[in-house]
Amino acid sequence: MARDTLTGSRIRERRLILGMRQAELAREAGISASYLNLIEHNRRRIGGKLLVGIAGVLGVEPSMLSEGAEAALISTLREAAADSGVPVAELDRVDEFAGRFPGWAEVLAAGHRRIATLERTVETLSDRLTHDPNLAASVHEVLSTAAAIRSTASILAETGELEPEWRDRFHKNLNQDSLRLSESSRELVSFLDEDGMGADRRGMPQEEAEAFFQGNGFHFPALEDGSATPEDLVREARDLTGGAARSLAQAALAQYQTDARAMPQKALEQEISASGINPVILAGRFNCGLPTVLRRLAALPEEMLGQEAGLVICDASGTLLFRKPVTGFAMPRFGASCPLWPLYTALVNPHVPVRRNVVQHGRNAAAFDCMATAWMQKQPDFGEDPLYRAVMLILPGAKDAEDPQPVGASCRICPRQACPARREPSILKEEF
Amino acid sequence: MGRHVVLIEDEPNITEAIRFLLMRDGWSVDAHTDGATAVEVIRDAGPDLVILDLMLPGKSGLEIVRELRAEQGMQGLPVLMLTARGQMRDREMAEKAGVTRFMTKPFSNAEVLTAVRDLHAQAGQG
Repeated sequence: MARDTLTGSRIRERRLILGMRQAELAREAGISASYLNLIEHNRRRIGGKLLVGIAGVLGVEPSMLSEGAEAALISTLREAAADSGVPVAELDRVDEFAGRFPGWAEVLAAGHRRIATLERTVETLSDRLTHDPNLAASVHEVLSTAAAIRSTASILAETGELEPEWRDRFHKNLNQDSLRLSESSRELVSFLDEDGMGADRRGMPQEEAEAFFQGNGFHFPALEDGSATPEDLVREARDLTGGAARSLAQAALAQYQTDARAMPQKALEQEISASGINPVILAGRFNCGLPTVLRRLAALPEEMLGQEAGLVICDASGTLLFRKPVTGFAMPRFGASCPLWPLYTALVNPHVPVRRNVVQHGRNAAAFDCMATAWMQKQPDFGEDPLYRAVMLILPGAKDAEDPQPVGASCRICPRQACPARREPSILKEEF
Repeated sequence: MGRHVVLIEDEPNITEAIRFLLMRDGWSVDAHTDGATAVEVIRDAGPDLVILDLMLPGKSGLEIVRELRAEQGMQGLPVLMLTARGQMRDREMAEKAGVTRFMTKPFSNAEVLTAVRDLHAQAGQG
């Protein structure tokens, strides 16, 4: 059906949008309801004065009714049909489709536009990974240095009798290359973290909220002394640009405020200097739960606590909701973390305090004292399932670390191939 | 007459390691770092085999191979290309340019030695 024969369909669509009855429009336009009915079903052509009159009643330009607003829409629908790769039998009826079902046609067209936008984004990112000169140079440097180290180390390890001159030269090369590798790999990580891709990531609400906490050193004096509210802090935070990020930050700050009220900083400081960092004793002294103590300890400045402290909080799905990093303990920025973390042991044993010494794989692996517990987010009603969250405080320099439990950051970058908790293959080799 | 290889690689420690390996295997090694003069060096040296990095200062490994293949008597010369770029597209481009074998970094010494021996044997000079 040709586009100009759909004027009636557009009149009907517009009338229904306005919630106007057919008889009402007919009366206003000075025609009978049965004649309008024929027009609306495209059985009578309409033009001239009558079209102008009906358009006036409907509050649109006559051309909107005669030509439709769907010229661009139809063009997009044709593109969608062509790009789908699927033979579309009714392509010749696209005008009719857009005229009769403008809402659905718009949904389809919007979907097509969205696909096109996403495809462009994928192309851009893919192109960037392939052609970005900085990234390419950085990767090239890492791989070239790794090649030199591998060849040189193999010669040293596999050649039985090596002349002293060659041996010394290879030792020197190995030393130079290992230094270069550490530099170039650090540059690569820094590039991936901080460059354009990093900026995109910071655009994610959780990343943005974490960057805000990081920027404040995870400590908010204004909430400690009550001189500001979470709302004030979020309102003043220029780093928090997205609505979702502001909402996440405000929720985390509200928790901070509640914890700070339960365990005021000065009193907590005194308790820690008197009896050290003992969460169970502190919970008893302040008459609060262990989760509050663990969160509170991580919120104290390092100089007050006397050491660094990391913190992770997850929901019942195991998804990390909050991360305060601590030196030497790798946490995944995206995706799931290691199921062996005591955090998850606590999650499946709600209200039970879990304490483990753990060590992450690596040459300079250090032990961490991890204390975790899970709490009920809110009191469920009868018949309602409880929802739990778990928190884990991570303190460096575990004291009783003779046999620490090995854990990873996430399977993808963990070299322990035979780990019983492995859920996907690693990109690293065991000997890495 | 001994087997002769020209090695064009701008990474001095890789050069040193490969030179050592091949010398132990009975090859004489002529090593250079500059891509711009590589074709001339290869033409003058008349080697049994060429080992070439893809990313070189002055001229890329691919350009060097294309120029070599355009010269008379150079069509059958085995060329082993070493590169940190291991994507399928890079491999295809290298093959199209006339590279005989493509090896991605980091490689093992055994892989390099095996490739060099194979290529030499295939070229009918072994």
